[in-house]
Amino acid sequence: MIWNAFLIALREIRRNLTRAFLTVLGVIIGVSAVITMVTLGEGATEAVKQQISNLGSNLIMVRPGAGFGPRSSSAGVPNFTEKDVNAIRDQVAGIAAAAPVRNASLSTIYRQDARTTTTVGSTPAYFQINRWTIASGRAFTEAEYKSGAAVAVIGNTVKKELFGDEDPVGQKIRLGRASVEVIGLLATKGQAGMGDQDDTIIVPLTSLQRRMIGKTSSHDIGMINLSAEDGTDSNALIADINSLLRQRRNLQPNQDNNFSVMDTRQIADTLSSSTKVMTMLLGAVAGVSLVVGGIGIMNIMLVSVTERTREIGIRLAIGATAREVLLQFLVEAVTLSCIGGLVGVAIALLLCAGISPLIGVPFAFNSQINLVAFLFSAAVGVAFGFAPARRAARLDPIEALRHE
Amino acid sequence: MNPPDDSPPLIELVNLTKTYGHGDAAFQALRGINLTIRDGEFVAIMGPSGSGKSTLMNLLGCLDTPTTGSYRYQGIPVENLDNDRRSLLRRHALGFIFQGFNLLARTSAIENVELPLLYRGLTRSERHEKAAAALASVGLADKHRNTPAEMSGGQQQRVAIARAIVTEPDTLFADEPTGNLDTATTREVMELLTRLNLDHGITVILVTHEDEVAAYAKRVIHVRDGLIASDKINHRNLILSS
Repeated sequence: MIWNAFLIALREIRRNLTRAFLTVLGVIIGVSAVITMVTLGEGATEAVKQQISNLGSNLIMVRPGAGFGPRSSSAGVPNFTEKDVNAIRDQVAGIAAAAPVRNASLSTIYRQDARTTTTVGSTPAYFQINRWTIASGRAFTEAEYKSGAAVAVIGNTVKKELFGDEDPVGQKIRLGRASVEVIGLLATKGQAGMGDQDDTIIVPLTSLQRRMIGKTSSHDIGMINLSAEDGTDSNALIADINSLLRQRRNLQPNQDNNFSVMDTRQIADTLSSSTKVMTMLLGAVAGVSLVVGGIGIMNIMLVSVTERTREIGIRLAIGATAREVLLQFLVEAVTLSCIGGLVGVAIALLLCAGISPLIGVPFAFNSQINLVAFLFSAAVGVAFGFAPARRAARLDPIEALRHE
Repeated sequence: MNPPDDSPPLIELVNLTKTYGHGDAAFQALRGINLTIRDGEFVAIMGPSGSGKSTLMNLLGCLDTPTTGSYRYQGIPVENLDNDRRSLLRRHALGFIFQGFNLLARTSAIENVELPLLYRGLTRSERHEKAAAALASVGLADKHRNTPAEMSGGQQQRVAIARAIVTEPDTLFADEPTGNLDTATTREVMELLTRLNLDHGITVILVTHEDEVAAYAKRVIHVRDGLIASDKINHRNLILSS
């Protein structure tokens, strides 16, 4: 009987294709909007996560101030000292390497070209912890770190801006107040959630302190980068670091941490949470358009019941039962909305495949959202097709046949 | 003429009344109809407008239910059947043709004829075969693909007749079937109905207000003010058909 109703409904749809198209247009737009928004949003989230994981899965970051990312607050909180770094490396079990990080924005000059570059002062361990590889030249050595040698390793963006096609290795650049020799070029990492990762210069922390800006205080370490040994439980590790730093920073039991320790997963979660909120908002807005599309179906179906009153009369006269008429109109609405859903899914795929390269986001096909949007469109068909169908089924055959 | 028959008559109405509306606005369209119609009859129901002939037709065709009285179709009481049961009775035993043809617009002749079979759940090939045969029997074997808009009134009414007989009904109800047709096509349609009655034994019940159309029937019933005013055998036709 359902199959029969389906056949009749298909004939009915085929009989008036223009009307069918206009009916489902709202659903097509709604479904494709929902899927496109959510897919692109998830692609953006995925991009952030991917770039964070480029930092290395074993990376742990320690920063002053509570929180991380958008909600961080580090105002008035002391930085770390190099002794803190050494203490963590030596006293916490499971730490493979630790690197102090001091950032400074320094003017960078090569011949007539000048720019401002965020310069990182650290130890040789920094390269390994942050998964930097050297494209040409070399990284600085432990000896160069200890002596505060005037050397620098530059990122690809800096190289392009200052040197163009020229080989930077061996050239001298002016960095802040000092003249340093470029000894290495970093392999490119690309964009990350926090900006262009290749726009960086890495120098020995000692050189940064002594030559380029001058040491200002012993609490000058803005961040500590750690790498955990493989297979270490990062939660336990974070707890250990927390208790060590609380002790070193003289925090009373009733005081909150004035620093935060996060592994890459947490960093990724924090940074991607904002894109997730955005995705949900966009998806919800698109969802509204899907509901509006459903109302469009109801509208057209109601009009079509009135318009087809005589036809319903004919069907009843030749022996269709009220149930069959109800089923016919319901199946018609559901079939229409399902077709709309399928077309919407197809359009969304095309849109996503077309847009994601344009905005530099991976195309993260999510079968779940496709399925949900499709099922929702079918549900819209049932919900908004029922009232018109019931109206059709309740018609009196004699009245319906008289209808002009 | 016919030997006495013990089987129940096809249609038996006893004291059938139909009232529309309630209280002061109530209008009694039928005021006590007693009528028996046997298998194979060709009955014309005549009467001026407002006489109740259409109401009688709707009741006979199980499109409506009487207010009081009893209606037995092939011995089965149908006066109290619910909507769905009446639908099923119409589907399996009754055929309808109307003054306005009532074909589905933008739908080919063969699809219109297949429509009742669709509700019977026949397979695609069975549907097509029966519909094609029905169209051939009304002389439209070459018009399968034509939609109502592409056919003359006479052709449309013949498609409607094909749709009515494709289910091989016992009874064919024709409500002013020639009201929209000219003299020549009226004759065509009436001859077709006569042939269905004589050759296929289908009982035909016809509502009309034209004497020329009623002349095709074997029995003519006049309805006036909700009552049967006269019920006569049409001798000319009896002679013709015997």
